[in-house]
Amino acid sequence: MIWLGFALIFWCAATLVNVRLAGSAYNDTRLVRIFVPLLFGATLLVLWEALVRHFDVSPVILPPPSLVARTFVSSTETLWIDFQQTVVKGALSGYVIGMVAAFLTAIAIDRSTFLTRGLLPIGNFVAALPIVGIAPILVSWFGFDWHSKAAVVVVMVFFPILVNCVQGLKEAEAMQRDLMRTYAASYLQTLFKLRLPAAMPFVFNGLKIATTLALIGAIVAEYFGSPTRGMGFRISTGVGSLSIDLVWAEIAVAALVGSAFYGAVSLMERSVTFWHPSQRGGRS
Amino acid sequence: MLTTDEIDDVTERDPSPDVVIAADGLSLTFQTNDGEVHALKDVSLSIERGDFVSFIGPSGCGKTTFLRVLADLEKPTGGAITVNGVSPEEARKSRAYGYVFQAAGLYPWRTIAGNVRLPLEIMGYSKSEMAERVSKVMELVDLSGFEQKFPWQLSGGMQQRASIARALAFDADILLMDEPFGALDEIVRDHLNEQLLALWARTGKTIGFVTHSIPEAVYLSTKIVVMSPRPGRITDVIDSSLPKERPLGIRDTPEFLEIAHRVRDGLRAGHAYD
Amino acid sequence: MKLSFFPVLGVLGAIVVLWYLAVAPMNIRVALDVAERAGAEVVPKGSVVRRDVSVWRLMAQNSGHVAQGYALDRPRLPTPQQVGQELWKTTGKMVQRGRTWSKRSLIYHGWITLQSTFWGFLLGTSVGILGAVLITHLRVMELSLMPWAIISQTIPIVALAPMIIVLSSQVGIEERGVPKAIISAYLCYFPVLVGMVKGLRSPAPAQLDLLKTYNASQFQVFRLLRLPASVPYLFTTLKVGVAAALVGTIVGELPTGAISGLGARILIGDQFGTPLAIWSALFAAAILAGALVTLLDVAQRLVQRRMGGRT
Repeated sequence: MIWLGFALIFWCAATLVNVRLAGSAYNDTRLVRIFVPLLFGATLLVLWEALVRHFDVSPVILPPPSLVARTFVSSTETLWIDFQQTVVKGALSGYVIGMVAAFLTAIAIDRSTFLTRGLLPIGNFVAALPIVGIAPILVSWFGFDWHSKAAVVVVMVFFPILVNCVQGLKEAEAMQRDLMRTYAASYLQTLFKLRLPAAMPFVFNGLKIATTLALIGAIVAEYFGSPTRGMGFRISTGVGSLSIDLVWAEIAVAALVGSAFYGAVSLMERSVTFWHPSQRGGRS
Repeated sequence: MLTTDEIDDVTERDPSPDVVIAADGLSLTFQTNDGEVHALKDVSLSIERGDFVSFIGPSGCGKTTFLRVLADLEKPTGGAITVNGVSPEEARKSRAYGYVFQAAGLYPWRTIAGNVRLPLEIMGYSKSEMAERVSKVMELVDLSGFEQKFPWQLSGGMQQRASIARALAFDADILLMDEPFGALDEIVRDHLNEQLLALWARTGKTIGFVTHSIPEAVYLSTKIVVMSPRPGRITDVIDSSLPKERPLGIRDTPEFLEIAHRVRDGLRAGHAYD
Repeated sequence: MKLSFFPVLGVLGAIVVLWYLAVAPMNIRVALDVAERAGAEVVPKGSVVRRDVSVWRLMAQNSGHVAQGYALDRPRLPTPQQVGQELWKTTGKMVQRGRTWSKRSLIYHGWITLQSTFWGFLLGTSVGILGAVLITHLRVMELSLMPWAIISQTIPIVALAPMIIVLSSQVGIEERGVPKAIISAYLCYFPVLVGMVKGLRSPAPAQLDLLKTYNASQFQVFRLLRLPASVPYLFTTLKVGVAAALVGTIVGELPTGAISGLGARILIGDQFGTPLAIWSALFAAAILAGALVTLLDVAQRLVQRRMGGRT
């Protein structure tokens, strides 16, 4: 009863604080913009902890966050090995290869209107498909180790990035192209001085979408066979062997990595496309 | 409306060895879903070195199209046009044009100095010469001190001045301006007009200037080309008798008003056709 | 939108040609193994020895067996024709024989997937739209929800999928579709939320000010201005949302030991080593996605025509 009461009081207090902050004159300051969501997240964790304790839920079903945190700390070694296998080898290498391939393809087909007009609808369609389903095929082609995971990631990130690059290269305004024409600028000069910079907001949009896809691809591919390490491997075996706290620890790692990856790309975006209205407008 | 022959007469009566732009029977027809659109029909005109020529007329009269044909941004479907004795394409490739659009069109990812430097980079100037030219034209348009600002940090008038600096940076033979001050308010516009005249006096460039403001056209030009739409054609060419020195007050003189009156008549004559 | 019919056809044609060309090198090893087992002469002998020889040499030395790569039962890469035949065998032919709902029929599996997708889509769009309404009207919601909505999408949902299944079975939900629908909704709600926030915020300040001069209530502003203004955004986001919901359902079927659904067909195809089953399930999923998006596209045109917009 103590736990439930505590949770309810905390919940009410936190909500009250957030409402007051959101209604205050400071509601657009950086501090408030960070503090309010943090408090909201903390509230969810407290509720989770309290409900699990109050109803005495077995940790085999749903461990409380405190237990997950303890497991996280005590099994950092396992988590680190899995992180390297899945994130560094599988997801990151696949992401980089897929990104470079998509970028080069976009520039290669850029000069042909026929190809761009043909590839754009197809790419858009393919980007919306459950490509992750090719994981078993690629695992059977490239073996159990990280190469097959990277291959899945390459295919998954390729199309969203390609579509955004092609779209972005079309972005430069007609007037600015005319300007380049009056300078008698060459194709490459127009590409490097005008169209590539103008395409960057789109390119980064694709890159951001691809961050999550990369992790999903790398993890799912492990469900179809992997060496005895990796986050996907640990999750699927953890569910079977009822070490649910370790599974949640892996999920926490996945969440942290996913957010950090996305955040890193967003930071890069901010420094490259600082000039774009969406980056300097404050509120969206 | 003058017929083509009459305009030809004008050119023949006053044959100048220093003709920069010569258009003869120029036509441009667009194919659209609603049939053919005659953006330009049978346009003949000659412009001399150092002229300040304004093109005025209602929208759709082909004044912008004429400028674009001149700069080889549009290909004519009939007639002939030469710039410095060669085709517009050759003139463009020899970098004869400085073009200023209605919107400043500065690259937001470049600083003001970076934007002014853009044509110089493309044309392969040396580093030291780039720096020298940038600082020179920045001073010319009165933007010294704003080199490291980004375009969005400047007012509309300042942005447009930067885009003029960009067009001046590489010593283009001909300055083409397509309603460069159309989006600005009247006070800023007056100021920029004054500055533009000073600039023209200092550089002696040939300027083609599209506008739909009668006072602006009369105030700036040595030659006013009045155009009318459907099909786009020239209805009158007025040589201004105003002196080269033009303070803003000149706009209240009877001479000024007389020319303005003639322009208005020309515009009205064009409208009688619809 | 301008229709790029011929370019699309051209690119598709090129893809099919490349695919056919790729089949030969992809399948030559399997083809040679099969041929050798059937007693044919193969250079060099023994599949282990061949592993060290490049596929191009194998093709050159055994040119007579290359064609067999196009007709294998268990190819590494099936031909488009084989995939088409397999699709037909598991759909149209099943219908003809009156076994539409057989466990081997893709129509049956597609239907299972479609159901989960539908519930996930419904749940996801409801959450998304509700969230968008809250976010546009309550500053505290915007501050606390928006960052977490973004973070929720950076978490690879597949990591959560097995837990969602464990949890829902523990809570006593026997229906296998529920966890799938939840995963599907998880992927679906975000694009809808973002798109609708954009849509509900799309009225110009002048339009909002006009209603303010009429002293309109918040609800009236919502009903008369924000909601109609968001319709074009709504359909665009719904199209993205339904595709995401389908991806979610199939992701939900993959790691969870499901026995029915297109994702399960992929899983089973993998376990039994029948690549054709995987490929046909993949294509069935693509067709399903195309059909769902097209359906919403048609609905969009109808609604926008009724609202007087140009399509």
